[in-house]
Amino acid sequence: MKKRSVAELEDLACELRILILKMVHHAQCGHTGGPLSCIDMLTALYFYEMNHDPENPHWENRDRFVLSAGHTAPALYACLIKAGYIPKDEMWGLRKLGSKLQGHPKLNVDWGIEMSTGSLGQGMSISNGMAMAARLDGKSYRVYSLESDGGAQEGMMWEGAMSAGYRHLDNRVALLDYNGIQIDGFVKDIKDVAPLDKKFEAFNWHTLVIDGHDMSAIVAALDEARLVKGKPTAIICKTIMGKGVSIFENKPKYHGVAPTDDEFKIAMQELGDQ
Amino acid sequence: MTEIATRDAYGKKLATLGEIYPEIVVLDADLSGSTKTEFFAKKFPQRFFNMGVAEQDLMGTAAGLAACGKTVFVSTFAIFATGRAWEPFRQSIAYPHLNVKICASHAGLSVGEDGASHQTVEDIAIIRAIPFVKVLVPSDGIETEQMVEFLAKDSGPCYLRLSRAKAPLVHEASYQFQIGRGHILKEGSTVCLFTAGFITSQVLAAALELSNQGVSTTVVNMSSIKPLDSKLVVAMAEKHQYLFSIEEHSIIGGLGSAIAETLVSSYPKKLVRLGINDEFGQSGSYQAVIDHYGLSTRGILESLKKELKL
Repeated sequence: MKKRSVAELEDLACELRILILKMVHHAQCGHTGGPLSCIDMLTALYFYEMNHDPENPHWENRDRFVLSAGHTAPALYACLIKAGYIPKDEMWGLRKLGSKLQGHPKLNVDWGIEMSTGSLGQGMSISNGMAMAARLDGKSYRVYSLESDGGAQEGMMWEGAMSAGYRHLDNRVALLDYNGIQIDGFVKDIKDVAPLDKKFEAFNWHTLVIDGHDMSAIVAALDEARLVKGKPTAIICKTIMGKGVSIFENKPKYHGVAPTDDEFKIAMQELGDQ
Repeated sequence: MTEIATRDAYGKKLATLGEIYPEIVVLDADLSGSTKTEFFAKKFPQRFFNMGVAEQDLMGTAAGLAACGKTVFVSTFAIFATGRAWEPFRQSIAYPHLNVKICASHAGLSVGEDGASHQTVEDIAIIRAIPFVKVLVPSDGIETEQMVEFLAKDSGPCYLRLSRAKAPLVHEASYQFQIGRGHILKEGSTVCLFTAGFITSQVLAAALELSNQGVSTTVVNMSSIKPLDSKLVVAMAEKHQYLFSIEEHSIIGGLGSAIAETLVSSYPKKLVRLGINDEFGQSGSYQAVIDHYGLSTRGILESLKKELKL
């Protein structure tokens, strides 16, 4: 797909926030906060960074994306709808019986969903396996995953991080949505995962810490990761859960609930939806 | 009679299949010498990945490789493959229906001296419950080779249960394994013994002894536990007066339970389930341990005679 400019990406991210909230509000269940904290990263991946072709979803050399933080599925679906993988009307089926837009992603390459996820911490190893397959086949595709701070409490994520560092998987990039909130409250109050950068460095990753809502910084970090040889890259993105809508921002309550009608109206006004 | 452990047959066959199927990759978790994936590793070092002592990572990585077109064979001890890594297997391999074959060795009590921490008497139960996962338990080296060949061609998740112990061959060289089909090893008319895995040879010996004592006994190898040969189960139930399942597994959830599920809905009839009676294993030589749990020829015969009031 054509690489968009930073300004275009920022506009797109706003448009996708609106799409996410319309989906979650219509479903009246699911996660509001996470999709809004990670959507800037996903926008940069799908509309700037990754080589992919919605007309040819099974293209062997496409870059892969694995949503380790599967509960932020509406953000992935919004990107795939906008990119043209998923017909737009399908958005109203989110979390409904018979819909392919399951509450957490289910593998469906036709629709650009590269893996079933939802149980935290598993996407790291899965993405490594994909990166190993690329290397084995002498292909140039790269593999991206979106990790989360809650997911970093899972032991399996670190098993995978150790493997990627040990195997020098430089076709592998993990973005980590560090919004500091998990279901039961603030991460620092439940089981703090800091310092994440030092942990990844210790596991032999090239590690960057950026503002996960600064589109220029995200794009620059992805550019830098492409130049790194012999190491996977971890981009730790400091974010705000619920970013873009003042009433949701940084409030643990909105981790796993849908907006009410009144909240939805406020959100649409703030995001400028007509 | 040649004796071979099913893990050895697996390892050797896999190394041979590696030549025919370039898409095969093999993963292990620091037990390649025991699971016998070492044969493949030596022959195809680029296609072998030792993931270290990290069974969850083992499953996740396998899923990623399979999602990119590889036929993935994964080996470690059965207890870790099915226990420690059950959830990554369920979520990342079975649910997206990826082409990963879990070929786990040292299943049942066959790890003997290591004791209950390393023995596996619940694996069939917990894997069988996962939708669309095939569960295969080969009875000897010949059947193992055929199952591995089947798996190389088949697509989708599977659990192949392998043993550390050397077992006599119970099949002829001409035997042809078929998925979802049981195989009659000895045909009788009064008592039917359903079994699978290493202890099949012990069951056969017990059946022979029983027949010598005037009780005509059938032995059926039900190595395809999922899908199960329900038609054969019903046919045997119609034909025989007494039905037994004998397995190196807990009597809860294993082969006996699978047969009972078929019987209760298709042909209600008493089935006596012999196996590990809702308890953990313990250390000892394999022979001593299976003797203790009544799964050697002598123990099986005693249980059968008790039930048959002989």
